[in-house]
Amino acid sequence: MNQMTMEYTINQLKQLNGAQDHRYQREGLDFITLPKAYAVEAITRLRDHEGFAHLVLLTAVDWLEQGQFQLTYLLNNPVKKQDLGIRVLIPRETPVMDSIHLLWGQAATYQRELHEMFGIDFPGSPRVDQPFILEGWDEMPPYRRDFDTKKYAEETYFPRPGRSSNDPTEYMKHQLYPDE
Amino acid sequence: MSKEDLEKRTVYSPDGEPIEIDPLNDYFLDRRPESYAPRNGVIEQFANWARAESLWVLGFGTGCGAIEMRPLMTPRFDAYRFGIQWRPTPRQSSVFVISGYLSVKTLKRVIRSYEQMQNPRFVVALGSCTINGGMYWDSYNTINRLDHYLPVDVYIAGCMPRPEALLAGFEELKKRIKAGKGDGANKYAENFDWYKANQKKIIKDWDMPDYNW
Repeated sequence: MNQMTMEYTINQLKQLNGAQDHRYQREGLDFITLPKAYAVEAITRLRDHEGFAHLVLLTAVDWLEQGQFQLTYLLNNPVKKQDLGIRVLIPRETPVMDSIHLLWGQAATYQRELHEMFGIDFPGSPRVDQPFILEGWDEMPPYRRDFDTKKYAEETYFPRPGRSSNDPTEYMKHQLYPDE
Repeated sequence: MSKEDLEKRTVYSPDGEPIEIDPLNDYFLDRRPESYAPRNGVIEQFANWARAESLWVLGFGTGCGAIEMRPLMTPRFDAYRFGIQWRPTPRQSSVFVISGYLSVKTLKRVIRSYEQMQNPRFVVALGSCTINGGMYWDSYNTINRLDHYLPVDVYIAGCMPRPEALLAGFEELKKRIKAGKGDGANKYAENFDWYKANQKKIIKDWDMPDYNW
């Protein structure tokens, strides 16, 4: 019964113009990619009419090679114990997405974090421009894949010279059985 | 706490002396920290013995190593029998245990807390992260070497060091203090400009005065 209603929901979403890449992950967990233009509308409908009342998380992936950010809205139906991930691809050059803070208040925190870490803007989201974890960060947003974390750390944090690393397997073999 | 508690007002001490208090004001010190000169021979030795046998640790956990301090202060390892106890405020503490990785945001709070502590004060750096960055050595927001920002008295290596290692580290700190080598606060005061320059290099939204406490 549960799976049937999930299928019904998925079929409805698939009929939307531009919906693509439906992925059945496992029982009670599906992903589908929706166009940016009406993703928020679809999420509103899922929340109000299909029982997906809980926002589990909102996160982003940087597809540098494709020039896109992928947002994932993971929704949960607490009655039927189902999860549905709505994926939205937005261009990397103009990373702007509609805010969902009016649907779930806590989404504002996720959006503030995404704004800081990926530089994705959510116009109208409360306090989205204020620093969240990083204070006074003036570089490129650090979770973008073209930000060179190692180079930044080496230039900024006084690396201690002489740092070396070992392959754990080889090292312990040498330590425990030096004759072999 | 009600709104009246946060308002500026005058209170009177038991002796009738008026005291102006402004709870929302941040009181910053307006001068550099000063180094202290050791007293003469036996008196300083006695003072060092007393300092070493009553180490008061600031209850400030900076990283994952803070979890090692809970078994240390509770009956299993019971650091209290060595004269080590935890205090809730920097004004009462003499030891600052930097417990593990230190992000830039936390470093700012650490500096402010450290500068509120009274002389002589000691820093115990716990875990690999304080020595060379540990597993966070290439992170965008954790420091690599603590000794560039605060004078460190004792390092305890490991990831994570067990409470036994911490006890050994405290014993080492006691030896250093008794030998008169626990002069981190003096080092901080003498090389104050160098420490401040390093701190300001990474704390980019420096909204504190130059001499904060």
